[in-house]
Amino acid sequence: MSTGIRDKVAIIGMGCSKFGERWNDGPDALMVEAFQECIADAGIDKKEIQAAWLATCFDEISVGKSALPASMALKLPNIAVTRVENFCASGTEAFRGAVYGVASGAYDIALAIGVEKLKDIGYGGLPEFSTAMGSLNSLWFANMTAPGGFAMLASGYAAKYGLDMQFIKKAIAHVSVKSHANGALNPKAHLRKQVTEEQVLNAPMIAYPLGLFDCCGVSDGSACAIVTTPEIAKSLGKKDSVTVKALQLSLSNGTEIAYDWDGAHFITTTKASTAAYKEAGIKNPREEISMMEVHDCFSITELVTMEDLHISERGKAPEDILNGLYDRGGKVPCQVDGGLKCFGHPIGASGLRMIYEMYLQLNGRAGERQLKDPKFGLTHNLGGFPMMNVCSIAIVGKYGA
Amino acid sequence: MVGITSYGGYIPRYRLNRMIIVQNMAWYFPVIMAVAQGEKAVANWDEDAMSMAVAASYDCMAGKDRKSLDGVYLASTTLPFADRMNAGIIAAALNAPEGGAANADFSACLRAGTTASIAAIEAIMAGGKKNVLVVAADQRRAKMATLHEMFYGDGAAALLFGQDNVIAEFKGSYSLSCDFVDHYKGYGKEFDYGWEERWIRDEGYGKIIPQAIAGFLKKTGMSIGDFFKVIYPCYFSGTHKDIAKKLGIDPSKAQNNLHAVCGDTGTAHPLVMLVAALEEAKPGDKLLVASFGQGCDVLAFEVTEKIKDIKGPKGIKGHLANKVDLVSYQRFSKFRDLITADLGIRGEANPNTSLTTLWRNRKMILGLVGAKCKQCGTPQFPPSPMCIKPDCGTVNEFEDYEFANRKAKVLMFTGDMLAASVDPPAVYGLVGFDGGGRTLLDFTDCDINQIKVGMPVTLSFRRRSIDKVRGFTGYFWKAIPQIGGE
Repeated sequence: MSTGIRDKVAIIGMGCSKFGERWNDGPDALMVEAFQECIADAGIDKKEIQAAWLATCFDEISVGKSALPASMALKLPNIAVTRVENFCASGTEAFRGAVYGVASGAYDIALAIGVEKLKDIGYGGLPEFSTAMGSLNSLWFANMTAPGGFAMLASGYAAKYGLDMQFIKKAIAHVSVKSHANGALNPKAHLRKQVTEEQVLNAPMIAYPLGLFDCCGVSDGSACAIVTTPEIAKSLGKKDSVTVKALQLSLSNGTEIAYDWDGAHFITTTKASTAAYKEAGIKNPREEISMMEVHDCFSITELVTMEDLHISERGKAPEDILNGLYDRGGKVPCQVDGGLKCFGHPIGASGLRMIYEMYLQLNGRAGERQLKDPKFGLTHNLGGFPMMNVCSIAIVGKYGA
Repeated sequence: MVGITSYGGYIPRYRLNRMIIVQNMAWYFPVIMAVAQGEKAVANWDEDAMSMAVAASYDCMAGKDRKSLDGVYLASTTLPFADRMNAGIIAAALNAPEGGAANADFSACLRAGTTASIAAIEAIMAGGKKNVLVVAADQRRAKMATLHEMFYGDGAAALLFGQDNVIAEFKGSYSLSCDFVDHYKGYGKEFDYGWEERWIRDEGYGKIIPQAIAGFLKKTGMSIGDFFKVIYPCYFSGTHKDIAKKLGIDPSKAQNNLHAVCGDTGTAHPLVMLVAALEEAKPGDKLLVASFGQGCDVLAFEVTEKIKDIKGPKGIKGHLANKVDLVSYQRFSKFRDLITADLGIRGEANPNTSLTTLWRNRKMILGLVGAKCKQCGTPQFPPSPMCIKPDCGTVNEFEDYEFANRKAKVLMFTGDMLAASVDPPAVYGLVGFDGGGRTLLDFTDCDINQIKVGMPVTLSFRRRSIDKVRGFTGYFWKAIPQIGGE
């Protein structure tokens, strides 16, 4: 009988590079930047790391295949390093690998690192998908990009709840305005300017009904974590460690795209969040979750996710958003660090970047963004497309909380 | 009795008023003003002879059993493959039988549509075949500011030949073959090369068609006065009238050349005009159809009572009625790849088509054939070895399930400005089929501003990719939102 991951693994160090258009830095430099912060934070010697997991998604244009790029960039001591890729959940997958490696007893100390160098491709947005989809899909799949894929949710959501698209536009505009306000306070964020609702609503259309400011940035970055058992953390002098409360993954099985689905929610997030709350011992997420970093690749994704995380009632996310529930001063602050909106989405790094903010907040090290006495922090990634996706959720909090 | 048992047509939705060509290009070649009457049908950027042939074939086969076909004959001068049977792609799109079928391409001459028809009729008369579908289509590119650009329209027509429920009985044929080269297209050339118009109309159309018809009448003993309509292509409207005079028929008996409403559809044109005539014909009417290209084929039909039973096809009339004005010459030029606009870096991706993958999945890709679970009855696309229905999970127990003719509705959609597209935004969405099954499809022939969730869609076989490096053209199905309802 499984008992879940709650309080079995502690985070003893984290690092995060500055995210942005790092024209003069390759993936190795980004990894080293994040790692140096992380190892100093952990206060251990690199030789004490026994295994590592590397996350990258677009290996073709980023670092190439295998885990060698991390092992070689960080000069790891000939240990086991595994590369993982699971679309936008890749960063959380690397974290999951390291956490499970420690929880299994196979290793005392493990590293999870994610990196993506997106700004070497020569254009805005994510790389073209055709070589990543397989030889059959490339014969029939719609000519879809990431913004277009998620934009469809808005039409599905509006139809399901009988809402006017202008009302949805206004709600998702607030999602972006809120995240930009947070990102402006974060020195590691890529986009650090506040924006107004008017600016968001008047931006050029990217994929109906999403405008430019409904889309997250594209940037380079790396983030990492060193994990161990709570006992070892304690022996290293770490008091009051941040521990993992839940780690859940849920993947589409074809139902949404080929069988039945309302087009207005994520089946995977709904399921993964339920399992995560159970694993973390959380009964009422709207009351107990102190803060969240969710996958705001596009503003509409964040809106729908608020319902799938069981924080907003079905059909009520637009009102909660417009009422400021998810603002930094609201009841459940969301995207406290600025989110993908302001950090951009170097895919392999994003999940770990989110956990990094939760870690800073729980340790009272979030500077101007610091929230008062956070207890549980939730991170969420959503990779692929609404009708076929990979969802990951992590919940962290202080040991014993 | 052998003859036509069904007919179908297809004219693309876009129409380009010829004055728009004149406004944009007469500065370069003022002569085009002389033939600027009316409009021409223009294939959308994702249409070609193949896609139009499939559309006409489905139109023709409405209410008919596609499994009864024992041959598909495709006639066109604008086929995508020099070596790979193009008719086989049409047959696969129709989910026609593979076993027992002999398909064929008829090409390299605008007469190929009538030649294919004669071949089909003779095969049936000889007892070798029962049901043969003849489909002709052309989508001819022409250089800017040429008479070809003015005359050429895009379209397709299909005729089903057989012995049961004949709507137009075959009454005889005659062919005249001679190497009269009014125009030609050399291998590897993009465009037709034409000779002087005066010679083509006076010595070509004006002499060869009357000579062939005279030969037919002599051979069969029939009289030109027997015919309710005489059908022959000739994009010079004056010459078209002169031929009627030479034949000694009343001008009203000459079937309209469609110059004003769709232009000359090349190989398809004699059949397009014949379908237009059949749409107006009554039992007992006799129709004489002639083609033009290195000679002339002449065929005669007599319409039967069974024509009253034909109700399925939209035909030429229905498709001509479904139109949208293409008001931009630049857009037309881009659709035909006559001008170079930057498709963007996303448009550079050009993965090789896996022929093994295509072979395994040919029914799915070309025929839009999915699967129906034999246990729970759930229709599904794409087919997969395990049933999609949660809690069913039946493995490898499926029957083919065709989606191409099903009614469907928009479940969610977008118009994407980021995706590489010849005609942005790229519109696509999730589509749910009545009776079960759903999938993600590109949309076409639509305006993003008019689409709503719940809107009905029809399915259309379209060109999906052109691999210019390797010369491969790929096809799949798209959804067409029905703005006006079902």
